[in-house]
Amino acid sequence: MALTDARLGRVRPAPENFLSDEQIQSVKEGRRDFLRKAFIAASAAAAAPAVAHAQSAGDPAILELQPWSTMLGKPVAANPYGMPSMYERNLVRRESPGLTRVGGSSVAFTPLQGLFGIITPSGLHFERHHQGWVDIDPNKHRLMINGLVKTDAVFTMDDIMRLPSVSRIHFIECGANTGMEWGNVAVPTVQYSHGMISCSEFTGVPLKAILDMCGADYRKGRFILAEGADGSSMTRTIPMEMVESGEVLVAYGMNGEMLRPENGYPLRLVVPGVQGVSWVKWLRRIEVGDMPWATKDEAVHYIDLMPDGLHRQYSSIQECKSVITTPSGGQTLLDKGFYNVSGLAWSGRGKITRVDVSTDGGINWRTARLETPVLSKALTRFNIDWVWDGKPAILQSRAMDDTGYVQPSYGQLRAVRGTKSIYHNNAIQSWKVVESGEVSNVQVL
Amino acid sequence: MSRFSKTLIALALAVGTAAPVLAFDRYQGIGRAATAAEVQAWDIDVRPDFAGLPKGSGDAIRGMDIWEAQCASCHGYFAESNEVFTPLVGGTTPADIDSGRVAALINDSFPQRTTMMKVPTVSTLWDYINRAMPWTAPKSLSADEVYSLVAFLLNLAEVIPDDFELNQDSIREVQQRMPNRNGMTTDHGMWPGAPASKGGIGNGGRPDVRATACMKDCKREVVLASALPEHAQDAHGNLAEQNRPVGGVRGVQTGPSTAEQAPADPLLALATEKGCMACHGVASKIIGPGYNEIAARYRDQAGAQALLVGKVKGGGQGTWGAIPMPPQSHLADEEIDQLVRWILSGAKAQ
Ligand code: HEC
Ligand code: HEC
Repeated sequence: MALTDARLGRVRPAPENFLSDEQIQSVKEGRRDFLRKAFIAASAAAAAPAVAHAQSAGDPAILELQPWSTMLGKPVAANPYGMPSMYERNLVRRESPGLTRVGGSSVAFTPLQGLFGIITPSGLHFERHHQGWVDIDPNKHRLMINGLVKTDAVFTMDDIMRLPSVSRIHFIECGANTGMEWGNVAVPTVQYSHGMISCSEFTGVPLKAILDMCGADYRKGRFILAEGADGSSMTRTIPMEMVESGEVLVAYGMNGEMLRPENGYPLRLVVPGVQGVSWVKWLRRIEVGDMPWATKDEAVHYIDLMPDGLHRQYSSIQECKSVITTPSGGQTLLDKGFYNVSGLAWSGRGKITRVDVSTDGGINWRTARLETPVLSKALTRFNIDWVWDGKPAILQSRAMDDTGYVQPSYGQLRAVRGTKSIYHNNAIQSWKVVESGEVSNVQVL
Repeated sequence: MSRFSKTLIALALAVGTAAPVLAFDRYQGIGRAATAAEVQAWDIDVRPDFAGLPKGSGDAIRGMDIWEAQCASCHGYFAESNEVFTPLVGGTTPADIDSGRVAALINDSFPQRTTMMKVPTVSTLWDYINRAMPWTAPKSLSADEVYSLVAFLLNLAEVIPDDFELNQDSIREVQQRMPNRNGMTTDHGMWPGAPASKGGIGNGGRPDVRATACMKDCKREVVLASALPEHAQDAHGNLAEQNRPVGGVRGVQTGPSTAEQAPADPLLALATEKGCMACHGVASKIIGPGYNEIAARYRDQAGAQALLVGKVKGGGQGTWGAIPMPPQSHLADEEIDQLVRWILSGAKAQ
């Protein structure tokens, strides 16, 4: 469409008044034409089955002009902050009914069943709060460093965002992910069984740089305490070795924008490989000390009950684990034939080196393709070809990391840890496929 | 120098206008020294060796009054309630106090795992109540109140007698009576730091399970240990609506589609979006009263609309109990007006 309307003899500003009156009129008529055609088509379809129609001439999605091909679309910035298609509304964070009693101390799970690649869209990042979430004014937020340091110090967000930054992709998994399944199958889909995991690119400053500025005593101070600014003022102990490695970040960025408030805006700790509760949100203080703190969430919760009645305390690392996300529980295969079986693998100890997939419940295995990038302490996407013959099948995945550790079966894990541990369930997940194509959650020893 | 000018210099340092105050000056002009008052305001943690524990005292009798006014509504009069959170007290015995191991964790003789059954360190209770409770008004308790509340909970669990004065010194004796004080181990591979032999606390990262990666004929048969129980099939709503409507798979239909259900109430949606439903049910009390109770209480009362709009905006306490409603300042006046009208009309779908 030319910007110069010769007939009117003047330059029309774009995009306002983009169409002439006659042109607007013709669009209106065209639309009426379309509506009339659609009405005729609908009556025809009511008379003769659509299949017969398709067989005779072809696919109506091709043969009939679709509304989106015959209309003017919406203008730019109609959604100043873009939203997913209206057809994607099924894929949202969801709570598991009955799991918790109040929304302020609860979990909303990531819909892994519909996600691709390794990055979790920020709006679908799982949520776990202990005392609700808050939206903090970044100009009133402070980070304090104290304890075994030469100078107790305070940093504003301006200070922190002026420092040299790094951006790194890491997974974050709640220690209780898959916790409902320790004893038996309890939930229908991968959203509820494994959806307390997300993976993002985090931007921030290595905590080491900030502790150096304050003159931390690394000889005596072998532990740090991280504390949040919210009502719960969540506190967790983190070993100084991890800080010294440079991996622990004081992060403000997530997937190219600032952290979402549900994920700790404006500042959170990133502790790669360690369970999510240690990634303290709304981070306000780091204390350097010479012993662990035994805070509520490391003395009453996030402790793993063993069969002998002892609890494992300070269990933090998320061991190597994987899960097939498609096809997965609560889904139905459309038909026999080819499928791309796809899933996620991760390890809190390093990189994923291999993922094997079984379709017969673990009798025989084939090695899957790892998609790039394969990063340390990040989600890794795997895919494998599968031709479904219409017979019952049990799909499983088994991951290995660069320490040589192999993801265990339920039988192997329970032999050591029993079924009451709540935390750190990294057993092999099984999805049963029946003749109808329905997929459901089962456990294989 | 006069005391006055010293104060001025201290202030100048505090706001970071003076020469670099931090040890490492590569990043000039970034960060500043904290003042003593600032550190005192935020450094509230209490460690297992009681470092950080403020002086003060309390006992179970005083603790009971505070408990009934500020804690019982959520945790129950005997800290036994399962309504808002898992029970805090129960499942420990005098024998556990002697041994420091809670027998119910071994023999499953108690239906729940209460806080008192698990917590090994009394400092944990003090630190947590002080920083986070009551849940809707954290950091509002004085040190003496926290001592009294800890004493109350310990007394319920029969760890200390009614008249025991809990203070910064006697708390050390109490530690020796904590029912699960010997119930923790750090001998595992999931601590990411150094092993115990090198000043850390774990085993250095050695995993407890050793699986192998067999590829062919790995077992003779597949034993199905568990499948989704019948009663749980539909417990998570209609799975067809939790999956993408395009691709190689679809979600299984496990219930009516939302389109077939009663039309959504826009005001219920607004109340949900604004967080009201976290504390109120339409027909049941959660933390605040149920909307049906509110409607019943103010039925035919002149001026109820304006009164309640004011309460929602500015917060309220004491009409329904001791738990306050925080000011709901994140709503537009118009929205509050609509919600209150809806609540007073019985919170029915419009
Ligand atoms: C409005 C409801 C509410 C009130 C009032 C309340 N609590 Fe709580 N309390 C909770 C919730 C919810 C949790 C769990 C928080 C979490 O998930 O971290 C909790 C946790 C606790 C815990 C830790 C239990 C555990 O196992 O983690 C203690 C101890 C506690 N509360 C004591 C108190 C005391 C003392 C008071 C009164 C000063 C109080 N609570 C008032 C709701 C409440
Ligand atoms: C954190 C919990 C919480 C939230 C969130 C909350 N309320 Fe309340 N609400 C309460 C409590 C507790 C009371 C009882 C206060 C009292 O006893 O005076 C209450 C009381 C009320 C009352 C009755 C007041 C009276 O004096 O009788 C109304 C009306 C009400 N809430 C509406 C709302 C609306 C609307 C919202 C959302 C915008 C909301 N509440 C959010 C906890 C909450």
